[in-house]
Amino acid sequence: MPLTPVLTSRWGAEQSWRLATYERLDGYSALRTALRTDPDELVALVKDSGLRGRGGAGFPTGMKWSFIPQPKPGETPTGPAAMPKYLVVNADEGEPGTCKDLPLMMTDPHSLVEGVIISAYAIRSRFAVIYVRGEAVHAHRRLVSAVEEAYAAGYLGTDILGSGYDLELVVHAGAGAYICGEETALLDSLEGYRGQPRLKPPFPAVAGLYGAPTVINNVETLASVPFVVRGGADWFKEFGPEKSPGPKIYSISGRVVRPGQYEAPMGTTMRELLEMAGGIRPGHQLKFWTPGGSSTPYFTAEHLDVPLDFDSVAAAGSMLGTTALMVFDETDSIVEATLRFTEFYAHESCGKCTPCREGTYWLVQVLERIAHGRGTAADLDVLTDTCDNILGRSFCALGDGATSCITSSLAYFRDDYVALLPPEEQARLGRSLRLEPAGVAS
Amino acid sequence: MSALPGSGPGAAVTGLDASPVDSSPETLAELPPLTEQTRREAREIIARYPQPRSALLPMLHLVQSYQGYVSPEGVALCADELGLTKAEVGAVATFYTMYKRRPAGRHLVSVCTNTLCAVLGGQRIYDALSADLGIHHDETTADGSITLEHAECLAACDYAPVVTVDYEFYDQQDVESARSLVAALRRGEKPHPTRGAPLTDFRGVSRQLAGFSQHADEAAARAAVDAPMQDEPTLRGVRLAAERGETAPPMPGPEPEPADAGEPAETVAPSGGTGETPEEEAADARVAAADTPAERAGAAQTHPDTGAEYGRPRPPAGRQREGTDTPPAAEPATGTDPTQSKEA
Repeated sequence: MPLTPVLTSRWGAEQSWRLATYERLDGYSALRTALRTDPDELVALVKDSGLRGRGGAGFPTGMKWSFIPQPKPGETPTGPAAMPKYLVVNADEGEPGTCKDLPLMMTDPHSLVEGVIISAYAIRSRFAVIYVRGEAVHAHRRLVSAVEEAYAAGYLGTDILGSGYDLELVVHAGAGAYICGEETALLDSLEGYRGQPRLKPPFPAVAGLYGAPTVINNVETLASVPFVVRGGADWFKEFGPEKSPGPKIYSISGRVVRPGQYEAPMGTTMRELLEMAGGIRPGHQLKFWTPGGSSTPYFTAEHLDVPLDFDSVAAAGSMLGTTALMVFDETDSIVEATLRFTEFYAHESCGKCTPCREGTYWLVQVLERIAHGRGTAADLDVLTDTCDNILGRSFCALGDGATSCITSSLAYFRDDYVALLPPEEQARLGRSLRLEPAGVAS
Repeated sequence: MSALPGSGPGAAVTGLDASPVDSSPETLAELPPLTEQTRREAREIIARYPQPRSALLPMLHLVQSYQGYVSPEGVALCADELGLTKAEVGAVATFYTMYKRRPAGRHLVSVCTNTLCAVLGGQRIYDALSADLGIHHDETTADGSITLEHAECLAACDYAPVVTVDYEFYDQQDVESARSLVAALRRGEKPHPTRGAPLTDFRGVSRQLAGFSQHADEAAARAAVDAPMQDEPTLRGVRLAAERGETAPPMPGPEPEPADAGEPAETVAPSGGTGETPEEEAADARVAAADTPAERAGAAQTHPDTGAEYGRPRPPAGRQREGTDTPPAAEPATGTDPTQSKEA
């Protein structure tokens, strides 16, 4: 498939982050259209476009919006329908490998702001928050500036463009906690608490921010909305497969010649993307890669032709996640890479659920001794058992994600683990593999 | 390698850091006081939110911007303004890595040692800086110039390996460039970051994160926003597309004129029969209450909604755009892998 710049189409423009540039390149035209449209029709449009969340889970965006309880005509609303509605933007980008939302907010922050206004209008919200990762001060600065420009131009505040619709938008900085990218932990954090996930149900659509109906969407998802409004659902569905359509920003990093952001239709393959990125660095071969960040099971050279869309990647045994393609070659140790990721999860586990908090701690201990040649024949089973006791046994997906790199690396590269065991331990497994000197920290 | 750079062998560090908040008399004696101005700014933050407590994280950034860390006095100010106990505020402050428990040095140097950066040289950078400075993770040099830390993924993998100073990015570093960067910082210089805005300091950035300008005037703030970054990896896809003449499929029909009010239905209204009935909405709500997200995702795929026409002509059936047709393999029989629904 070819490159199809849509979300990235303005990125190369002079001062692309400024309102004047954005308006010159059709910016805020979708908002004008949206404000003349019934909110329910906008929800139906987004539902019909097939847009699925770009934050990792791939939940259909329009359907998420339609879960917000709205007052029914002619009735006095009660319960959640009577409460204020909130739109919260998840801009807490931090999944290892993921680096698409920060460039989007740096180069085209108004596309997010316009997406927020249209989406908030669609769910009848009058207060929206963009929760930006605290360490991302450069993106935060451009976003704050864009929001100020949007207020000054009448795109935010009261009676937006004379439509009678009011919206306040706050840019809220986080403070360094990966877990706050989990939507209910984000809500707790935004309410001024430690960022720990909530038990679902109730889902945020019914009881979210301040216990009121709330939609939480990723940056790239919301930045897609103005294009859906302008181009229509059928146009959007021209990109990629029917069940997960649309243009997608693929972030390629690691052992490739030209790492960077490449926007192509959903369902583009790694083989095609590697070609765009100049291939693996000369003289080396692909060994393993992640389709969507560190929480998604590794892929290998066998998977180069898997279409990178939600359903195809799931069918091949991994997850599309955030299309964060980290590429490693034969000089990189799968065990060291997995140890690093596991240390990350141990550090970022919020401590609420015992299997995740204790499990990730012990996974680090076991992986560390294997990586340093002190592992035992039983350790590989200990890893598997520990993963089995974490997966599905914690409130949120952080624990699940922590097991992905371990179980998939054991499935594809078990010999790499065995080769690091002392000879007598290998003998217990009936193996004798030479230990290859290779390491992340070399 | 130890569990985390700087920690002893076998000492895996989890998110539950138990180190105490610095409340020694010497430290407290040197802190600039929190004033009425600080309280006014705190109240300004509170006014931004529907509920006061949402202001707590920005308020902690605020007190940190005055004192270089979240001091006992900072905790007390937040507790007082929000009607919380100091324990409630302390519980929050100690959860987040950006709130420091000891006064940070003039500059905070963070080196990403997560997997991708580490393989491309981040670990070597961290080890070299640690050796040069004679300090480990979360320690400050004796002259108070540098606090060093290893960082988790900074969402900049396409620019790896990355180092940040006061959270401003220095992309595509190597051992030598990072060493000279830190040497310059120790001499009191401020080398220009690669993402535009000039380097200020840890306190200035904390002030920005609290939602206030850290600049003396409007012009300086504007210049910080407009300073261009070295953006090659960001723009590689866009430039390659231009070089190859590849574009997205054109949007159908003429763009609606914003001034031509009165015909909104032409562009976005469904042609009818696609809006949901109340019954369908109720069904959606039941789906929302399903036990697992995967169930809902499965339900989503069997949702009765059919494709709608949106007033613009569809491309003629069978029309082929060069190279953008859907691959036949793109529709697996099932799409309900329970591991698919992750939100983190």
